[in-house]
Amino acid sequence: MRLGLEKRDYRSKRMVVLVPIISLLISFILGALVLALVKANPIQTYSAMIRGAFGSQTRTQYTIAKAIPMLLCGLAVGVAFRLKFWNIGAEGQYVSGVIGITWVMQFWTFVPDALLLAVGMLVGILFGALWGGIPGVLKAQWGVDETLTTLMMNYIIIGYAEYLYITAWKAPRGNMGTILYPEAAWLPRIWGRVHAGIYFALILVVILWFVLYKTRWGFELNMIGKNQRAARCQGVSIRKNIILAMLLSGGIAGLAGVIDSAAITHQLTKGVNSGYGFTGIIVAWMSGLNPFASIIVALIMAALETGSDALQILRLPSAMGEVMQGLILIPLLAGSVFTDYKLVVHTKHKEATA
Amino acid sequence: MNFFDFFTRLLAATLAMGTSLTYATLGEVFTEKTGVLNLGMEGTMLMGALAGFATAFNTGSLFLGLLMAMFVGAILSLLHAFLCITMRANQVVSGLAITMFGTGLANFLGQRLGPATNRFNLTGMNLSSKFDNISIPLLSDIPIIGALFNVSILTYALYFLLPFAWFFMYKTKYGMVVRAVGENPKTAASMGISVSKIRYLYTTLGGVFAGLGGACLSLSFIPSWNEGMTGGKGWIVIALVIFSTWNPGRVVIGTLVFGGITSLQFSLQAAGFRMVIPAQFLGFSPYLITLLVLSIMTIVNQKKKGSFASPAALGTSFAIDDK
Repeated sequence: MRLGLEKRDYRSKRMVVLVPIISLLISFILGALVLALVKANPIQTYSAMIRGAFGSQTRTQYTIAKAIPMLLCGLAVGVAFRLKFWNIGAEGQYVSGVIGITWVMQFWTFVPDALLLAVGMLVGILFGALWGGIPGVLKAQWGVDETLTTLMMNYIIIGYAEYLYITAWKAPRGNMGTILYPEAAWLPRIWGRVHAGIYFALILVVILWFVLYKTRWGFELNMIGKNQRAARCQGVSIRKNIILAMLLSGGIAGLAGVIDSAAITHQLTKGVNSGYGFTGIIVAWMSGLNPFASIIVALIMAALETGSDALQILRLPSAMGEVMQGLILIPLLAGSVFTDYKLVVHTKHKEATA
Repeated sequence: MNFFDFFTRLLAATLAMGTSLTYATLGEVFTEKTGVLNLGMEGTMLMGALAGFATAFNTGSLFLGLLMAMFVGAILSLLHAFLCITMRANQVVSGLAITMFGTGLANFLGQRLGPATNRFNLTGMNLSSKFDNISIPLLSDIPIIGALFNVSILTYALYFLLPFAWFFMYKTKYGMVVRAVGENPKTAASMGISVSKIRYLYTTLGGVFAGLGGACLSLSFIPSWNEGMTGGKGWIVIALVIFSTWNPGRVVIGTLVFGGITSLQFSLQAAGFRMVIPAQFLGFSPYLITLLVLSIMTIVNQKKKGSFASPAALGTSFAIDDK
């Protein structure tokens, strides 16, 4: 007797929903094993994490504020992943967006205060789109591998941002960071730390859902992802769509950076490469590229971060959040095979007849 | 400081920094040659650095530390192999998951495996001994290149390993199998080669080398443990594999160039020169150069149908029943 995989005729709808949920449970069990290994009580640890993430109004606000850029990065990555363009450069596109808005805030003094935020956001989005567009063009025109280009471009822009906030754009006081954006151009907060960026994120979820599931363009992107050759036969331009999707993906990642800096940090400084772009990959993957599901996943990811910050009380390292974030993907990656394949048992008898 | 001294020191620093990069890059070249992309290098190296250090710190044996680092590297990349080969998961996402998990776990365990006197924290602890430089009499006195003969045993091992790796890849039938699996798995399978087995084997081997590369950092280069002490070296490794055009014989060129660029900053500063180029520009130059090399190679290749160095099946999954 031997186990084997057999391709399903249709993608299993039940598995698409079940696999992420079961994976989440498995990852928490695996996390408990890691905790037990270092003689920490898993139940105590997890409940401390939940309290750390949602235990009070302030903590909930922190978690939601963190979920906003994660959600946006997840949406950004999801657009590119839809046509199997492996954009792992959301981190860099995010940083590029922050550089864009900071440039406007620092040097575009001719813009009236009332317009400063809008202009800054627009320029930031364009910067993100540009940083995403370059690997898009390289891939579309010459077939340059996008995984490697987007990865390299992350570290180029992160290094450049560091140069800006340590040397070129450093505020006269302190040893790093630009001067703060003018207060009139801050993105307003609506509930404690939760800011108006949440509106942008939620509206974008609806728009993207509509575009990706209900329009011809969304249909084309899906077709490219599923079967490039078939799409080409149908007259869909692969080149044009790769570039468009990457401009959109980079633009959304840029928006994430723009929103977070306009609402939370108010400057370009250390920590601008906070890892939201990489978390976005988990969000996109876990949600199955579904914009609505991304909201829930982004909240879970944010809760893991804010929750693990609270572990200091138990004298446990806050790196537990990172462990869990990585751990969540592993059973999911292993389980995803069951949406397209089913497990079959080959018996010797069957093999002989086949 | 005289001229010869400056370059001797620069080469010594380059070798010390380059050793870790060379092991990991060599490992990743073998992995990618079979068609498996492992973006888990950063996490695997950090876990290697931690496993090596924690073992050496708690047992007092550097060699046990080295073995543990290799073992942990093997386990992590075995996980990657299982996800991508058996479970047919996406290689990019799986590699990133390995890096996130490995980085997190290393940073987590680093605060739990230390001495009770330091609240079990390993951060900032130092080893009582390390893989020290061994100088070969006479040879090490030669100006500049004498630095080649005053290195740790980990670097000396590379002098033999690198030519062997090249020979293995291009002159033995094992190397031919590796290349066949990465170039055209379907043909390889029809020749009776088990594509999955070969991919498992070399992905695991790549992890062993990545763990070793991490241990070079914590057992020789800076014999201590600090959170995130690989500092992105795992990503430079991915860049260096491209820079070497997937040829184990060329790995050393990249590691010397990039190790040299990094060391040059420190050497120039130590010699009292003011830097003309900002340090951050030197910091991201490996990535920029790799981006250019990759783009130009791909474009030129497309224009004149030459043989591009990247393994044709890189990043794709393979199963016999795939049509």
